[in-house]
Amino acid sequence: MIYLRCLIPYLKVYKKKLFLGFLVIAMSAIFTNLIPLVISKAVDDIKAHLAYGLLWQYASLTVLLALISGFFLFLTRQTIIIVSREIENDLRNDFLGHILIQDMRYFHYHPTGEIMALATNDISAVRNFLGPGIMYTSETIVNFILAISFMISLNFELTLVAVLPIPLISYAVYKIGKSINHKFELVQEQFSVLTTKAQENLSGIKVVKAYVRENSEIESFRRLSLDYMKKNLKLAKVQSFSFPMMFLLTGFSVMIVLFVGGNKIINEVMTIGELTAFIIYLGLLTWPIISLGWIINLTQRAEASMKRLCEVFDNRPSIEDSSSITNSIIPIKGEIEFKNVNFRYSKELPFVLKDINLKINSGETLGIIGHTGSGKTTLVNLIPRLFEVKEGELLIGGKDIKTFPFKSLRTSIGYVPQETFLFSETIENNIAYSEQNFEKDKVIQASQISQIYKDVDNFPKRFETLLGERGINLSGGQKQRTSIARAILADPKILILDDAFSAVDTYTEEEILNGLKEIMERRTAILISHRVSTLKNSDRIIVLSDGMIAETGSHESLIQQEGIYADIYFKQLLEEELKEL
Amino acid sequence: MADEQNKKVNEHEEHEDEILGKAYDAKLMKRLIRYLKPYSNWVIIAIIFTVGVALLSTVRPYLTKIAIDDYILNKDSIGLRNIILILFGTLVFQGVVQYVMTYLTQWIGQKTIFDLRMGLFEHVQKLSMSFFDKNPVGRLVTRLTNDIEVLNEMFSSGIVMVFADVFIIGGILFFMFSLSWQLSLIALSVVIPLIYATIVFRRKVRSAFRDVRFFLAKMNAFLQEHASGILVVKIFNKERKTLEDFKKINYDHTKANKRSVLYYSIFFPVVELIGAISGGLIIWYGGGEVLHGILTIGILISFIQYSEMFFRPIRDLSEKYNIMQTAMASSERIFKLLDRKAAISDAENPMELKDVKGNIEFRNVWFAYINEDYVLKNISFTIKQGEKIAFVGATGAGKTSVMNLICRFYDIQKGEILIDNVNIKDIQQSDLRKNIGLVVQDIFLFSDSIANNISLNNNRINPEKIKQAAKIIGINYFIERLPLNYEQNVKERGITLSQGQRQLITFARALAYNPKILILDEATSSVDTHSEILIQRAIDKLMEGRTSIIIAHRLSTIQKCDKIIVMHKGEIREIGTHQELLELGGIYSKLYQLQYKESLA
Repeated sequence: MIYLRCLIPYLKVYKKKLFLGFLVIAMSAIFTNLIPLVISKAVDDIKAHLAYGLLWQYASLTVLLALISGFFLFLTRQTIIIVSREIENDLRNDFLGHILIQDMRYFHYHPTGEIMALATNDISAVRNFLGPGIMYTSETIVNFILAISFMISLNFELTLVAVLPIPLISYAVYKIGKSINHKFELVQEQFSVLTTKAQENLSGIKVVKAYVRENSEIESFRRLSLDYMKKNLKLAKVQSFSFPMMFLLTGFSVMIVLFVGGNKIINEVMTIGELTAFIIYLGLLTWPIISLGWIINLTQRAEASMKRLCEVFDNRPSIEDSSSITNSIIPIKGEIEFKNVNFRYSKELPFVLKDINLKINSGETLGIIGHTGSGKTTLVNLIPRLFEVKEGELLIGGKDIKTFPFKSLRTSIGYVPQETFLFSETIENNIAYSEQNFEKDKVIQASQISQIYKDVDNFPKRFETLLGERGINLSGGQKQRTSIARAILADPKILILDDAFSAVDTYTEEEILNGLKEIMERRTAILISHRVSTLKNSDRIIVLSDGMIAETGSHESLIQQEGIYADIYFKQLLEEELKEL
Repeated sequence: MADEQNKKVNEHEEHEDEILGKAYDAKLMKRLIRYLKPYSNWVIIAIIFTVGVALLSTVRPYLTKIAIDDYILNKDSIGLRNIILILFGTLVFQGVVQYVMTYLTQWIGQKTIFDLRMGLFEHVQKLSMSFFDKNPVGRLVTRLTNDIEVLNEMFSSGIVMVFADVFIIGGILFFMFSLSWQLSLIALSVVIPLIYATIVFRRKVRSAFRDVRFFLAKMNAFLQEHASGILVVKIFNKERKTLEDFKKINYDHTKANKRSVLYYSIFFPVVELIGAISGGLIIWYGGGEVLHGILTIGILISFIQYSEMFFRPIRDLSEKYNIMQTAMASSERIFKLLDRKAAISDAENPMELKDVKGNIEFRNVWFAYINEDYVLKNISFTIKQGEKIAFVGATGAGKTSVMNLICRFYDIQKGEILIDNVNIKDIQQSDLRKNIGLVVQDIFLFSDSIANNISLNNNRINPEKIKQAAKIIGINYFIERLPLNYEQNVKERGITLSQGQRQLITFARALAYNPKILILDEATSSVDTHSEILIQRAIDKLMEGRTSIIIAHRLSTIQKCDKIIVMHKGEIREIGTHQELLELGGIYSKLYQLQYKESLA
């Protein structure tokens, strides 16, 4: 229960409602536990032939008590369970809040599936504990105390023998629960082995088919499946034990009561009505006791889930606004300077950027070219501080990048990432992502520059067209152009286009670049591309090779150097020629 | 290409996972029950035991009645002791029977699930490559694991308990009516409002759950989207807005949940109340009958117990509803997959392929992955036994498609493909593929030992042959230096195989199978010089004595081949030797400068 303690602050928010909840649980239990007393009295009166004319009173009293108890039962669910839903809501909001402040490194190591599993499965498991878990536990406790007290008030000695099997039951619940847990873990383990096998078989299906290994694959899957079945049956052996066991032990209670109580009646120290009350009380206790095992299981699962959630809550992002930042909005000038920057993603990994010294003047357009893995994207990712420079310095307008608050830094940068990502929203909302209240004119203007306007204009719903599953799917090129429009609309001081034209044909690319020319004149722009055509008009081009700046210069001067750049250029000319054939 | 195919198919199949329909579908149920057939004897025994449990658990109040009426009220303590002993006996007996029943039903469930899972796996293995192009691995894995697991749950907890509940209700009715049918009718008159309440509740809660699912799906979509698009969120500094948007959806979800809580918080007290009304009726009417001497006090008490027992299973039944609903949805998806027919099937009377020589011929072959989008247009060529042919061309020229077609991973639309003058459609697929050694570009190793990765668990390839293959390929020194030699698992932590070594293992695999025809799609990834030398030598060994078709990415490999076939935009454009084609100054000479000539830098 170490991790579930993290829930206390959440519970405190609803402490009034929870207090009311516990109160109504008690009230409901009191009225429920009064019913056997009424029945007891009724039976005795019937037995003594005293009940003429009183029967309907007993009957309606029973119903009345059930009605009141039912009302409180209603309130119980409306408080405890509702609170559990509210906390689930709060917990999920906090969870996402924590996820969003994590740095990019976190998302690299935690795939989307994992984050979603935490947000849904794990939070649900915690909710199950908070709702049904807490409710049934308190109901069980209250009912237990009340039933036993009422039973004692009827007959102390009989109560004592009736509860005799209870320690045995608790012990059995504990023991069986422990064994089930262990066996359940083995089942889970085998399940993941089975899943891995299926996953691997299907990923390698081509090899399987090419070498005609279908049958041997079926054989090995059968072996794992069989093992899984056996482990399940081992679990079933114990699990099947728990229900009959509980019934047996609670049945013993009734049996003992009937025997001892019966003899007491024969000896006239007890009435038949009291015996009836005992039998009903034991009936009331049976289910809560049986559900005890289930509650324990629920709690254990919640604890495991909470542990995983706490890991997220305790994880501090390694990149944060530094505490020394004073004024929140600092106007950012577009001059960027890398000074002796070395960078690697972690200490075990090799350097991705080595000894980078680069000054990009305000208003300059810089082109970056280089082979896959040469460090281009890493270099530009440092500018919006997606990753932190640890060796060397990165200055913007002559000031260390860490002195700017995220808000002013990132809103000054327009970034078109390599992998185009659009939301399943309207085109308009995607383009105007940077602004809460936008003017339609600006959206149109941005889309015209990025050459997506004509495409959008042809859609029946124009800018209101939904993207994604429930809407339309744009082509790769259309997506890129939308993504460019999004960056233009943000009106940034620094514009970064990371391979943003790869799916756009050269003609359209030229159009876009022409449109951008005017915008780029007033801003610092960095263009990354595999294509010479994108870069050739840049003020300056650098060639990255193996994390180092290998060549620098204009298009013409680089061609003359006859180095990497010239080689790439030559090959691209050849490719063009090939396409024509 | 494959990606584009996926996208198109995904649009149609995406929502399949969200189907949630009826809790009971006669057709699906019938099909599921068919899986019980091999265990029909055990099923009958389980049913008998279930009836036994129902009878034994409902006999208890009846015994209580006898104890009270016949012994306690008659002050017969010896009789009381005897009836208690009988009660003890039934309790123990019930415990045993219930245990056996529970275990037996679990056993039947597990066996059935095992059969179903194997059936599905075997079925999937037989499907053609075009199926795997269209269905992402993740979805198929879900069918094989999670969906079947849901059925497991239904089998082991849901369905059997439903039967048990029905029998218990039957048992209760039997005893009640045999004690007093008048009192039974009065006590059970409340069933009518109970059924009504249950129907209303079910309808309400179903609509609430529909909303819950709707918002949950929306929430999942939101999370999925923003987690995978986190870069954009961060770049545009939109963390706060994202959280605000999420809070709205989250609260919609919470609201829908609260609505279902409301229905539950009404339904449960109503059931309790109806139970209490039944109790009240028993006291009112039954008490009167006792006073008139028509019924005994024991009957009255047993009725109070019975009415308590009666409502429990009814409440259970409404809780089983959810399990049934998800199980039906899962089985629908499973059966849908089972009904999928393989796109390529063997000829009815396949020709036997004996002593394959390795002549390959394409005659006017037209091929498209989808519709009329031809990737191969009127391709014809002949490869004689033992010839070594290099296929070259830009990406998307159709080289890989040619390889796929020789293995008959896909069927062609027009034309013929012949092996030793036999149309491959007339040969059994397994027979055909046994004669082909395919090394694909994406190196695939199973997380298994190196030995098993070479032999692929084929008994014909004994350890001796494995070692021999490794030796010829030249990977033996490396393997023998590993802690567990050939038994080393390739995916184990701390053991990292380089790209080159992994490739050599797949070469050893192809060599160990000793095929007549070798198809090699050379990996493009660059490797270190040492591996490069090993690979080049290994390719020589691989090609020795077989018909070899190679998608070449290395000049050295091309030069080893007898002939080069140049593909461009789905057509064969040039055929000849390296020197001839260079002199021709056409596509090949351009490709040569682009891909094969050493980089200037």
